[in-house]
Amino acid sequence: MAYLQIKNFCKSFDGLKVLKGIDLDIEKGEVVSIIGSSGSGKTTLLRCINFLETTDDGEMYIEDDCLIDRTTIFDSDDVLRNKRLNFGMVFQSFNLFPQYNVFDNITLAPTLLLKSKVHPKKQKDLYHAEKERIDKEAYALLETIGLTDKKNAYPCELSGGQCQRVAIARALALKPKILCFDEPTSALDPELTGEVLKVIKSLKGQDRTMIIVTHEMGFAKKVSDKIVFMANGKIEEMGTPSEIFDNPKSDLLKAFLSNIDKKDGE
Amino acid sequence: MEVFLEVTSNLANGFLVSFILFALTLILALPLGLLISFCTMSKIAPLRIFFKIIVWILRGTPLMLQLFVIFYGPGLLGLFRWPSVNTGWRWFDSTFDTRFIAALVAFAINYAAYFSEIYRGGIQSITKGQFEAGQVLGMTKKQIFFKIILLQVIKRILPPMSNEIITLIKDTSLANTLSVYEIIYEARSFMNIGLIWPFFYAGAFYLVFVGILTIIFNKLEKKLSYFRT
Repeated sequence: MAYLQIKNFCKSFDGLKVLKGIDLDIEKGEVVSIIGSSGSGKTTLLRCINFLETTDDGEMYIEDDCLIDRTTIFDSDDVLRNKRLNFGMVFQSFNLFPQYNVFDNITLAPTLLLKSKVHPKKQKDLYHAEKERIDKEAYALLETIGLTDKKNAYPCELSGGQCQRVAIARALALKPKILCFDEPTSALDPELTGEVLKVIKSLKGQDRTMIIVTHEMGFAKKVSDKIVFMANGKIEEMGTPSEIFDNPKSDLLKAFLSNIDKKDGE
Repeated sequence: MEVFLEVTSNLANGFLVSFILFALTLILALPLGLLISFCTMSKIAPLRIFFKIIVWILRGTPLMLQLFVIFYGPGLLGLFRWPSVNTGWRWFDSTFDTRFIAALVAFAINYAAYFSEIYRGGIQSITKGQFEAGQVLGMTKKQIFFKIILLQVIKRILPPMSNEIITLIKDTSLANTLSVYEIIYEARSFMNIGLIWPFFYAGAFYLVFVGILTIIFNKLEKKLSYFRT
């Protein structure tokens, strides 16, 4: 059985069918890129996986634990929150918390989670030990993203690329089983995309499972184990990067790729 | 000189009443406004519509009319009488009588309605991404509001809030229509002996106080300028 199983995801917005039965299996440690033109349903799929949208129909399992099925619409807020923690999400528009500095952006959620489990005053020693661990891990993450010197900076003092790197660290701080990226470089100036892609690339190979919605074909080709091409709310074609880019089968994918080639040629 | 001292002392007394009305109104209306704003943004349609109508009425009718309705209404309709304070301390009891309490209630409700709209605008101006970022990080709704949204909202609403709060100190003068012994009421009592300048003097009290408020709000805005929303 696959690590993450998605079965028959369906979603409509006001009668418009955005997802028309998505089936997708992802193995542990696999990097999956989702490509496709705007409006193909890529982002909606990712948002459904992260419980930011509720699916109209479909099931999802992680390590055989049921996350979504017909009964889960009755999940309490607490259950839903715990399910969400299986996933990390990096948004196109970063969504850093502007009033917190870089370090606090990374440690806020783990610290709140800790406070809900360990009482800061009644279990003082345990709390301090755990809090120290969170801080230590945050420093390690800052090193991973190469922003140790910016730990006290506020988001408004950072470039877009730096913000997105912080957002990646913030998502990693909760140690999600699967890290999702929703067009992580689309809001960036072209010269800043490189630094973000480099960080994402460096995460590969640490046995980290990642789902990346992207328009960066070159990057997708290099970093992915599997590429999913979506069109009109369906998975049109799926395969290894060389199968998808060098040997596309469906007409829609061929048209999509040639469009991109044309754009690059201009 | 003697007259000046008497006027000063009476006006200071009156302004103290104005200030207490101002401060208590804020203490009540600021949280009440937040509650109302949540109701006007509620997913539950009847609740939302009910409170939208309430806000419409409170913002759509004169505050003076509301003062009269709230002070005289309950008695005339035979519902209840406004309670009075009875501590045995004459100044206190005569100042914070039923009239003052009715005025306070009217001000608090009226200003809560205005504040609720400011809060609503502030909350709705925060991008959806901030809520979603909190959600995917496993935060509770309460944590998202208090740890992420609230400070951003405060920063956003500080300018309109300071406007409204400055208006409030001047609006407290409306309480003199219920014979609350606030500063304008005191200034008017000197008109009976032919003095006009106590009115200007009363104006100076307001000016100084608004000046102080302006400085405080500027400081607060500066304090929150370290981040951008």
